[in-house]
Amino acid sequence: MAITEARPAGRPDLAPIRTIRDVPVEEFYTSGHRTCQGCHSALLMKYLAKAAGPRTVTIGATGCMYVANTSYYATPWVIPWMHTQLGATGAAVIGAAAGYAVQQRKGKLPEEPINVIGIAGDGGGADMGLSAISAALQHTQYNALIILYDNESYANTDIQASGSTPWGAVTAFTPSGTVRRITQDRWKKNTPAMLVAGHPEARYIGSASAAFGVDVMNKIRTALRVGGPTYLHVHDACPKGWDFDPRYSRELGQLAVECGVVPLWEVVEGELRYNGITRQIVEGRRKRKPVREYLMRQGRFAHFTEDDIEYFQSKVDEMWEKWILPGFLPVAALPEGLPRPGRKLAAPADGAVDEGAAGEGAGEAAP
Amino acid sequence: MAVTEASKRFAQHEELITGTEAVAQALRLADVDVMAGYPIRPYDSVMSAVAKMIANGQMDADFIIAESEHSQFEIVKHASATGARVFVGSSGVGWMYAMEAIVVTAALRLPVVALVGNRALDDPGAFGVEHNDALAVRDAGWLLYWVAEGQEALDTTFLAYRVAEDARVSLPCALSMDGAFLTHSQHLVMVPEKDLVEAFLPPYDLKKRRFHPDNPISIAPQYNEDWVMETRKQSDAAMRRARGVIAEAYEELRRLTGRGDPNPFVETYRIEDADYVLIGMGTVAMPIKVAVDQMRERGKRVGFLRIKWFRPFPDEELRHFLHGRKGVGVVDRDYSYGSTRHGGAVYNEVRSALYDLADRPPVIGFIAGLGGREVSVEDVFRIQEQLERSAAGDLLAESAHWIGVRGPVE
Ligand SMILES: Cc1ncc(C[n+]2csc(CCOP(=O)(O)OP(=O)(O)O)c2C)c(N)n1
Ligand code: SF4
Repeated sequence: MAITEARPAGRPDLAPIRTIRDVPVEEFYTSGHRTCQGCHSALLMKYLAKAAGPRTVTIGATGCMYVANTSYYATPWVIPWMHTQLGATGAAVIGAAAGYAVQQRKGKLPEEPINVIGIAGDGGGADMGLSAISAALQHTQYNALIILYDNESYANTDIQASGSTPWGAVTAFTPSGTVRRITQDRWKKNTPAMLVAGHPEARYIGSASAAFGVDVMNKIRTALRVGGPTYLHVHDACPKGWDFDPRYSRELGQLAVECGVVPLWEVVEGELRYNGITRQIVEGRRKRKPVREYLMRQGRFAHFTEDDIEYFQSKVDEMWEKWILPGFLPVAALPEGLPRPGRKLAAPADGAVDEGAAGEGAGEAAP
Repeated sequence: MAVTEASKRFAQHEELITGTEAVAQALRLADVDVMAGYPIRPYDSVMSAVAKMIANGQMDADFIIAESEHSQFEIVKHASATGARVFVGSSGVGWMYAMEAIVVTAALRLPVVALVGNRALDDPGAFGVEHNDALAVRDAGWLLYWVAEGQEALDTTFLAYRVAEDARVSLPCALSMDGAFLTHSQHLVMVPEKDLVEAFLPPYDLKKRRFHPDNPISIAPQYNEDWVMETRKQSDAAMRRARGVIAEAYEELRRLTGRGDPNPFVETYRIEDADYVLIGMGTVAMPIKVAVDQMRERGKRVGFLRIKWFRPFPDEELRHFLHGRKGVGVVDRDYSYGSTRHGGAVYNEVRSALYDLADRPPVIGFIAGLGGREVSVEDVFRIQEQLERSAAGDLLAESAHWIGVRGPVE
């Protein structure tokens, strides 16, 4: 009986993407959406559909990827898509995965691996849906991947601050005023690392950016391949919410990584790997760019003073220089007598291209 | 309840079980695939019962322990979309916590079956029965049934799946049960063997609406003003068709089990020649029936009508049974603040159902048993007295009568 099954069965055979030529040409997320120009969350939808392939069902929470994507008569989804409530992505994927698992066990459906992918925004996923995502990661007998597309605001309701909005950013709920310049006074929560710390049985949790398409697709494939309930947190440039010209989406997504604001990593079956540019920074082979280069390209930080930039930089520096595991574990020192873990790091997954390591990364067009 | 010849074709055995255990037995027999649970009394004992059956290998189903009611209802909603037969439930504030998922389940026309172990809505901390929790879905497109005893709990669970899953209906169904009085009290219940259920309950088949890679559809895209009215109207049509489907299914269940009273929508008790008819839902039937018997001995012509299906509402039956009576008294175990004549939800429905009758009876509202307070036989006598006085002339009474409230409360 599945209730006592410890290890997930029926995982898909999805080969790693080594070069751009391995990327499937078929599109399972096509025309018919009305997201903004340069929307990297929409680009992520395209990547996830490509990476997961036709034996996939997707479940999307309320947010831009629902409202701007699935207008009746014009759905871009070629694979099945179903709506779920704003805070319910974790529950929804477990319900669907259980539905398939039980029906396959009882012979009501043919046995095959079905990729169940849930899609949550940062508002829905990192705020109200966090408990359901956490619960999902404990139901280890089911195969389901939860992807949080982090555009750093409640974008669909007109850009309000979420727990994932960067410190100081102007949003509809956190304007910059004449008396209070900074009203977004919360530091961005580290959702993926929090999920790693709390769910030792989850076999895959990762952090990615839609600006690095091959890396994202490989992470999706790795997560689906290792199976169980898994989680991928993807940083997505949002021209409307961040207030910049849509043509710069990829550049800004990449800058976030280069400046060390968004680290890329994955924990695969208990092993932490830094990826791409992040890995180069961790290994000391690359210097972080100043955060100013990232912040000052966006209208949401236009009100920043030198002091604000400095504060932001100091927090990012702290994350890289003080934390025992950069970008991951906000602990500066271990108790007396405990050895500090070495900086020896695992190789990238399955020999996949270490995208970004080569410098600027492969160019990707915004949808 | 009489066991007729018909029921002997199907093996059944008698067990002394609680209301929720009766539901659990039905879930086992209905071969439910996916269930989700989250603790809240008094509904939760049904989940403990199925968990034990799964642990003992008597049932092959996945029981998913959710981290909240909201998740619980979303889990089964999505499992149901894949074609799995599902079960879920809650009580009181737990049911309200899930409300967002509950309303979309109906809008998506997924035949989820849920148990509401009726419980008062906090605050102040009140764990006893009140019907306001389940009544919150009365406008949401759920079929809604009030169970009154153990055997009915078991039989109606089969009925719920059969009706909810019927392609002509395709709506979720909530079974309501009075907390403690029914959920936790024991009854002698005939538990059928699998053959009966197989004869009655066809496998669930979503056909073209199944959420599966073989069927690349988008479920619940954005409609907005373009199509929402049409969708709502379709749900309404399904709710109307449900009446016929319920009657059909109920007749067959009666034939197979050899039990159940003749009317699928209401139960009537000594109303043929009654001048006055009391109306209620759930276990209040017990004290009312006892009081009716005693009042009849004293020569009073009183009867009782129990509403079983609250959605669809049995207005045809009410008109049929209640026209021309001297008075109708509706006993609500719920309250609707600020509503018409300060009455309960059932009172308002009943009054509305009878409005078109040329010989409509006066309808008087009573509020009783809130928060799990017992409704005694003496309370029913008091209700009857008030009913007679109000019906005889005090028709302009502005509000429902509260029964058994102590001291000055205004
Ligand atoms: C329970 C609930 N509360 C509020 C809303 C309103 N709402 C619709 S979309 C949305 C924004 C969601 O933000 P996020 O999850 O970050 O996704 P994004 O819009 O950024 O894509 C909100 C708050 C809702 N749909 N449901
Ligand atoms: S507001 Fe942002 S997330 Fe939403 S569609 Fe536009 S770019 Fe994409």
